[in-house]
Amino acid sequence: MKSRIASVAFNTFREAVRDRVLYNLIAFALLLSGAAILVGQISIDIERLVVVNLGLTAVSLFGVVIAIFIGIGLVSKEIEKRTLYTVLSRPVRRWEFVVGKFFGLTGTLVVNTFFMAIGVFLALLYVAHKFEAMDAWVLVALYFIVLQFLIVCALALFFSSFSTPLMSAVFTFALFMIGSLSEDLRGFASITRGIGGWLATAVAYLVPNFSALNVINRVAHGDAVPGRLILYNSIYALLYSAMAISGAVLIFQRRNLK
Amino acid sequence: MKTTRRVNWIAGAVLLLSLAGAVGALHAVDRIRQDATLQDTLYIRSSKTLRRLSLGYTGLLADIYWTRAVQYFGFQHHNDSRDFRLLAPLLEVATELDPKLLPAYQFGANFLAPKPPNGAGKPDEALALIRFGIEHNPDQWRLYYNLGFIYYTEFKDYAGATDAFARGAKLPVTNEMMPVLAARMAQHAGEFETARMLWLTTYQSTKEPAIRQNAVQHLQALQVDEDVTRLEELVAKYRQLSGKLPAGLSDLERAGWIRGTPMDPTGRPYRLMSDGRIEVDDPDRILFITKGLPPGMRSPQPKVAARN
Repeated sequence: MKSRIASVAFNTFREAVRDRVLYNLIAFALLLSGAAILVGQISIDIERLVVVNLGLTAVSLFGVVIAIFIGIGLVSKEIEKRTLYTVLSRPVRRWEFVVGKFFGLTGTLVVNTFFMAIGVFLALLYVAHKFEAMDAWVLVALYFIVLQFLIVCALALFFSSFSTPLMSAVFTFALFMIGSLSEDLRGFASITRGIGGWLATAVAYLVPNFSALNVINRVAHGDAVPGRLILYNSIYALLYSAMAISGAVLIFQRRNLK
Repeated sequence: MKTTRRVNWIAGAVLLLSLAGAVGALHAVDRIRQDATLQDTLYIRSSKTLRRLSLGYTGLLADIYWTRAVQYFGFQHHNDSRDFRLLAPLLEVATELDPKLLPAYQFGANFLAPKPPNGAGKPDEALALIRFGIEHNPDQWRLYYNLGFIYYTEFKDYAGATDAFARGAKLPVTNEMMPVLAARMAQHAGEFETARMLWLTTYQSTKEPAIRQNAVQHLQALQVDEDVTRLEELVAKYRQLSGKLPAGLSDLERAGWIRGTPMDPTGRPYRLMSDGRIEVDDPDRILFITKGLPPGMRSPQPKVAARN
């Protein structure tokens, strides 16, 4: 079972690399090196802030875009190219296929994030000439971004298990936006009374909470991230992804592929 | 094969020509619209709306707004404009998006406070900005220093400056000059010495080359102002005692009141004028001086000035 999931995951990773997904690293490198060199000339005293803010925001947004646009095609492309039938005719179960796809895509994003993280730290070294203890918190922000990718990948896979690629992209991106504003939603729920309040609270807990996973601004100022937040965010992201993947498996199991 | 090559050549040529044409057209558009980009940014003045639009990536947006504030100030200053009305809203948006953006308080307040052409001439808005900064960063001694600096330089409000420096001095992490500055403000002690202390603190507490250079220029200007005041007092004293003006500064030396030929910070000797005034040899070389200038000449200013 493990080797079958690993095979699907590895092939998904290989396909993403073959699709030139990692080319975004070139754009990222240009963006970050340009910012690191230019910002000192056009602004005052925010070189480190810009490198951290811009670097981590780019890591996050590039990754989310990749997760959405690859995630939505993971299932539909296989059906369209009819390669899914070849895979499923072998001793690969449908759930193994879905889980393998998920790990393949998250693996691609982890590799992508790893190279981008190197870029962020190189740019930091360029502007500050040395690393400081507070730079370690940047690693925590990067870890939270990876957790964010887990959720987005799972959601993209969930929607692609029953919808068209276009609609899956729309649904996933909409959930990403709503999830990024989930604190506002929670605030709205807390001031609304009656059934509206219950409904808003239910929606606030159902949509993914991306705002808690965004500590970019905090680490840019060198502020510490509490250990409890790291623990609970990890648990939350894993459980939410598991929930979405389970949903995708349930739907895909029942889907008529003929 | 030949046809394919010809198509490639034509497509390549069209591509390059179009690119050059588009760049030229954009350049022409930019000349027509001058500062449109900056004005566009203020179509959304609400930081709450911007916060939502940023999807939580507020840090980067605040950095962009701070950079725009710097660019706007530099652009207006460079063009000798006295219109800085977008500066305060830009700084407000930047600091509300990221209340911990310390450079925006420290330097932004000092873009706002001084009178034009050095700044926007809005000291009240500078004070409001610094107070907002202190509210969100109560442990930053630099903000209390900036507050005291503005109280002293723009309002000559010794009580306000004393209170600001004293509050900053009580912080766990502070600058050793803060209690000294608080004491000097409380005593209204020597203007030159107090101003020198302020600029020296600015110089010692920043790594920003432009700010350090600015502090050095102000320290040099203070030196000139103090030298000229002292020399003119000696010339008046000489005139009182001998009934005539000294022929040169050497007369003051012979009287034993000065040692050697007094030099300005650029290494040039001060000049005694026929009416008893003291002038620097080349006033354009020393910025910010208020004394030692030829009659009618305004204090030389840098093209873009950032203060403490």
